[in-house]
Amino acid sequence: MDIDVQKVAMLARIRLTDDEATELGPQLSEILGYVDQLAAVNTDGIVPTAHPHDAAMPLRANIVTNGNHRDALQAVAPKTEAGLYVVPKVIE
Amino acid sequence: MSWEVVIGLEVHCQINTDTKAFCGCSTVFGAEPNTQTCPVCLGMPGQLPVLNTLAVDKTILTGLAIDAEINLESKFDRKNYFYPDLPKGYQISQFTIPLVEHGHMDITTKERGDRRIGITRIHMEEDAGKSMHEGLEAVSHIDLNRSGIPLMEIVSEPDMRTADEAIAYLKNLHQLIRFLGVSGADMEKGQFRCDANVSVRRPGEALGTRTEMKNMNSFRFIKQAIDYEVMRQIEVIEDGGKVVQESRLWDSVKSESRSMRSKEEANDYRYFPEPDLPPLRVSQLEVDNLKAGLPELPHQLRARFEAEFGLSAYDADVLTQTRELSDWYETLVATHPSDPKRCANWMANELLGRLKEMGSDIANAPISPEAFGKLMDRMADNTISGKIAKDVLDAMMNSGISADTIIEEKGLKQVSDTGAIDAMILDIMAANQGQVEAYRSGKDKLFGFFVGQVMKASKGKANPGMVNQRLKELLQG
Repeated sequence: MDIDVQKVAMLARIRLTDDEATELGPQLSEILGYVDQLAAVNTDGIVPTAHPHDAAMPLRANIVTNGNHRDALQAVAPKTEAGLYVVPKVIE
Repeated sequence: MSWEVVIGLEVHCQINTDTKAFCGCSTVFGAEPNTQTCPVCLGMPGQLPVLNTLAVDKTILTGLAIDAEINLESKFDRKNYFYPDLPKGYQISQFTIPLVEHGHMDITTKERGDRRIGITRIHMEEDAGKSMHEGLEAVSHIDLNRSGIPLMEIVSEPDMRTADEAIAYLKNLHQLIRFLGVSGADMEKGQFRCDANVSVRRPGEALGTRTEMKNMNSFRFIKQAIDYEVMRQIEVIEDGGKVVQESRLWDSVKSESRSMRSKEEANDYRYFPEPDLPPLRVSQLEVDNLKAGLPELPHQLRARFEAEFGLSAYDADVLTQTRELSDWYETLVATHPSDPKRCANWMANELLGRLKEMGSDIANAPISPEAFGKLMDRMADNTISGKIAKDVLDAMMNSGISADTIIEEKGLKQVSDTGAIDAMILDIMAANQGQVEAYRSGKDKLFGFFVGQVMKASKGKANPGMVNQRLKELLQG
């Protein structure tokens, strides 16, 4: 299986050198080939499942349970200003 | 040869819950930045989402209102992309099996008449945070209070053929959602946002390449953006070029759209099933209960107002624009049932006109339906004429004083006493003998002159019907 390693890396925001990409390509292909064995299983008549557990989703009541913990939560942020997270400029 | 325009719309609508989609954080608008966040909506490692039950109910309710199918089992998926206002690096959404599918919305436009627009699906997802760039040099600021607020994405079929149809669909949808109470749908607050997919083709041909106009939040801009994009695509093709599939951003200041090239390559969301959430199961009983609780919908109300109260299509439409309006009207006619048509007319034109001038709306009207009804009664029982009633309404809205008190204190009661009216008419005939002669010798048009003179003499208080009747008799001599 041929993989565009640099494209996958770009989508995952991982910077790879060409050497790394060359090395990773065959490894990723091997992993995919391994997983691809599943495609050989006959699944006729089997209802698709979305989750390994046969459980329904528990739901939450529409009641506010969280207060304002901004200071604690922002303590781990690299940079904040006036309660806002500060990130490198992003604009379309 | 002509071009056919094909439009499909995606509407992102905030569901008005008290708490976010997957955590217990408040959704109140306008709070201090980042004061309504927690490890779940900040995407901290190890946190697990738990879906808000009310968000599910409101999405189902919306599905029922558009005659859609409710999937008793649906599932959630991760939509992966990187942006600083998306802390998890993915948005929890529903990709392969949405909660709602196969609905429709009926619309009417002048040009194309009645049409049914298919609604492919409504799926649940979570909103991202808010990025701010303005006035900042090398950085952006992020507020994550909005991160995780529940959304429904309502996706239409590419069934619309003009910008007017697109707007009609959006307005109907907006109205419906507000009637259902499932969203504030305040466009200025971004609670109802629209993406438009637009393409052009020769009639009968396969669909052309589409472009997507992102994130528009005013009906006017959406219409401008669609019109602009249609012209742009036709020009590209007629010049021998090809439309490129891309996302475009509408610039409402320059009235033009531009390509969002940076998004193009990243447009690979690598959806996969959300491992943190098992399937969402709802029972038929729950769906049936929600269906039983569906309020009367705008199109049903319109039809009932026309049939039950004899309203014109226009008045029925105006009075069903919002639930507040239709409730106000129903209270009005319930307490003053004598003339529902007059009530509708006066409410639609006089009351709403004045409220609009004041920059207000029915929810903040300075008078109650009961007080307004009293004014209607005074016209119905001939205490005052329609002309005087307009002045009384002005006074009521300025002062909050009742119609009866204003009529009493200002002495506005209509003169319906034959003797008093006759006396006025005879005075005017005596003062205008020349005109009387002329009228009697065939100048019928002078009748209006006499009516005007009598009304003026009575300061507008003479009963116009009686003035007409008595004038005719007395002028004949």
